[in-house]
Amino acid sequence: MKKAPRPEWLVPGTRYLAPAKVGIFLVALVPLAWIGWGFFHDKLGANPIRELEIQTGLWTLRFLAITLSITPARRVFGWNWLVKYRRMLGLFTFFYATVHLSMWSFVDWFFAWGDMWHEIVKHKYILIGMLTWLIMVPLAITSTKGWVRRLGKRWTKLHRLVYAAAITGTIHYLWAVKKDTFFPVVYLATFAMLLAFRVIYARRRSSPARPTRSDEAQAA
Amino acid sequence: MLIKKPDDIKSSEITTEDEYMNRRTFLAAAGVATAGVLASGKIASAFMPTVAQDDKPNTWEEITGYNNYYEFGTDKDDPAANATKFRTRPWTVKVDGLVKKPADYQFEDLVKPFKLQDRTYRFRCVEAWSMVIPWQGIPLADMIKRFEPLPSAKFVQFTTIMAPDQMPGEREAILPWPYVEGLRMDEAMNPLTLMVTGLYGKTLPNQNGAPLRLITPWKYGFKGIKAITRISFVDKQPRNTWQISNPNEYGFYANVNPEVDHPRWTQASERRIGQFRRQKTLMFNGYADQVAGMYAGMDLRKNF
Repeated sequence: MKKAPRPEWLVPGTRYLAPAKVGIFLVALVPLAWIGWGFFHDKLGANPIRELEIQTGLWTLRFLAITLSITPARRVFGWNWLVKYRRMLGLFTFFYATVHLSMWSFVDWFFAWGDMWHEIVKHKYILIGMLTWLIMVPLAITSTKGWVRRLGKRWTKLHRLVYAAAITGTIHYLWAVKKDTFFPVVYLATFAMLLAFRVIYARRRSSPARPTRSDEAQAA
Repeated sequence: MLIKKPDDIKSSEITTEDEYMNRRTFLAAAGVATAGVLASGKIASAFMPTVAQDDKPNTWEEITGYNNYYEFGTDKDDPAANATKFRTRPWTVKVDGLVKKPADYQFEDLVKPFKLQDRTYRFRCVEAWSMVIPWQGIPLADMIKRFEPLPSAKFVQFTTIMAPDQMPGEREAILPWPYVEGLRMDEAMNPLTLMVTGLYGKTLPNQNGAPLRLITPWKYGFKGIKAITRISFVDKQPRNTWQISNPNEYGFYANVNPEVDHPRWTQASERRIGQFRRQKTLMFNGYADQVAGMYAGMDLRKNF
């Protein structure tokens, strides 16, 4: 299989890796800056606190989708170098999820712990949203090189939880909307496709008829 | 009473928002003075359905830029964007059912006999946000008396215009169209119930339900059906649109009740648009004195 040409400036090992990482880091902060600018310039409509919650939640799902697209992109296009950016994007997903949760607990509910607890146990969409964030916590903690080494194979297993988070996170969105379920369904379909890709790919790899890695190498 | 059309109003005649606010402050002060004379808060509240002093009306921009009006789209800023060309004239309201005077009333004929009243009401959305809105309109009771309902009429059913060519939301199956709402006869006749034609002393903007909408300030906002084109007097409790759409979440009564939670939104507190901190939601949205009697003996958990 012929590999697509690599954008050389992004390829690890070249002298552009560090600047590329810094660039992606800064770009990943743009949505937050945009939302913050909107908030302080009164551009978020009549109910800006609700808008803070909605936008940071949506960006969490978007970063999650980007993060989960990296493996399929590596397989399909052969862009293995993309993996160098996966951790950062995954951590940004957690970052936006944490900002989202903070908007709810510190801005919307203003530290009213009793009321917040009531919300969590009473409303299933809040409960599943909270669960989504909790699923992400161990993934964020074990994202360091040290943890990857210590956990070995178990690290891969643990990090499959990201799919649980993708599903619970989208259900959180679906249950939060009143009637217009179009976008929640779009996200659900996106994550379902990304998950299906992995399942199908794993099946093909484990079936005996598959071309082995060395076959592919010879063909190339 | 004259019908104000936007073109007929000279700019000099339009009360600015600031003047309007001053007027409201004066009225409130006068009300407080009256209350002092009457020496009874209860009597005063019966005559003054306006809100307490700390309930400052929301701005024109807030009231006309943040709307739930799914006929014009599901986002809060969709109605303001999509309703600009909505045609509110000529406008006919069909009155039918158990009445002595069923007819197709022209909007002008419907409102002409009455003097518009100023009513500043709290507005509580089921989504746990709220506003304070200075409406103008006609008590529904006055309008209904003119139609002479029969004793057999137990409920009033309202229907929004079906105009998919003008209302993009009605072209999609978000809700079963047209939008339908209903009130029990005593609720419809309650002095607080208002048929609204104006906002801040101006003609009601399209995104707020022009030319004619319902306001029942002790109920969640979705009871306030917009762009009413039909009023029917019936003997059976009507099924309102949100109830049809999701009977577990939305009921017929939809009275503001901090003790009965909605599956999605807590109803114990609310965010007043324009304010940072949440505030406690009041039983019947603070209008218990005027309406609680209608629900005496009813299980409000069951009849949500």
